[in-house]
Amino acid sequence: MTAFNALLMRDIRLTMRAGGGALMGALFFLIVVTLVPFALGPDLALLGRIGPSILWLGALLASLLALDRLFTSDFEDGSLDVLLTGSLPLELAVTAKALAHWLTTGLPLVIVAPVLGLLLNIEGGAMDAVALTLLAGTPALTFIGLIGAALSVTLRRGGLLLAVLVMPLTVPVLIFGVSATNAAVSGPVPFGPPFTILCALSLMSLVIGPFAAATALRQGLE
Amino acid sequence: MKLVADTIACTRGGREVFAGLSFSVAAGEALLVTGRNGAGKSSLLRAIAGLVRLTAGTLALEPDGDRSLAEQVHYLGHHDAVKPALSVGENLQFWTAYLGGNGDTDDALAAVGLDAIGHLPAGTLSAGQKRRLSIARLVAAKRPVWLLDEPTASLDAPAQSDLAGIMDRHLHGGGIVIAATHADIGLKSARSLRLGAA
Repeated sequence: MTAFNALLMRDIRLTMRAGGGALMGALFFLIVVTLVPFALGPDLALLGRIGPSILWLGALLASLLALDRLFTSDFEDGSLDVLLTGSLPLELAVTAKALAHWLTTGLPLVIVAPVLGLLLNIEGGAMDAVALTLLAGTPALTFIGLIGAALSVTLRRGGLLLAVLVMPLTVPVLIFGVSATNAAVSGPVPFGPPFTILCALSLMSLVIGPFAAATALRQGLE
Repeated sequence: MKLVADTIACTRGGREVFAGLSFSVAAGEALLVTGRNGAGKSSLLRAIAGLVRLTAGTLALEPDGDRSLAEQVHYLGHHDAVKPALSVGENLQFWTAYLGGNGDTDDALAAVGLDAIGHLPAGTLSAGQKRRLSIARLVAAKRPVWLLDEPTASLDAPAQSDLAGIMDRHLHGGGIVIAATHADIGLKSARSLRLGAA
């Protein structure tokens, strides 16, 4: 467990120290969300209706932002080789890295989402629902992205490929995240079923992500 | 304790790097892997570390413990695995904790002559100092087999003799050193294995 914690703390510390750290994702999120009202015009009713979708799209893009560096920086400076000789199974090592990524990128998004909801004319109660669905859904985005990050590790300029690989896989998360939010905002569908599926997607990716990523890394380093 | 390689072979990118290679290194022994560029020195070290798959043969540390070979080796590659954003001390503390060491990181820093600058960000270190920091990892976390790929690269003369002393102590403590090198790294009584002679 010490090895897991050591890696988790190191990655969090590295993100916090590298120019802006956790703020970067949240700032990007802010920019995306702020641009939408300018593009759509000042139609408050329209904004309120599509607001939750905008927040989800923004969160999706922001959580992909730092993902391409997740393994590349360790690969380039040789840390990945040494990580592989640890007693910690690689599956757990990548879980620690993904967890650190979520804590520094996903969690700040959940925290600022209610504030950004103000810009999109989302009401108070609905805002809680958006934050709750983001809390349940962003781990899925990170752990699905983990697979793409591991696949593109040995490629130079793999960042774009990563986005192309990962985005289609995040479609179910987006669908159920937005529908759970919409259910909470406007009804008439109950909030429960889509939210439960969203949680299930997160749990599934939590299990599949590390195994797929570890396999991809082992192949990539050959 | 003995590291035994039995007719191992390795293929990378469709090209056979080495094949039918057998050797054994006992506790307290050092093996120098020599050979021309591209002869497969690094591939051999990476294969022992479990980073590259063997296409044939077996590699084992005898007697068999409950830990895999990869968990008992230190791999010192071309890159130093040093994070510039962390301080010298933090870098070493992380690897020591991760690699399962309970050794004192201050002692290890002193052994490589970095104890005075443990608080500096590792990004400010020179190439040679980063190498020393990387070597400190081997001292801080105890593991029996050391795989060193060009360990003296970018080290100055005093650091090279420090390294020779560190390796000597490791060998006296019953460790194994396998080093790929072109230069004399100051190991007395090391056997040598020449790759790509054919």
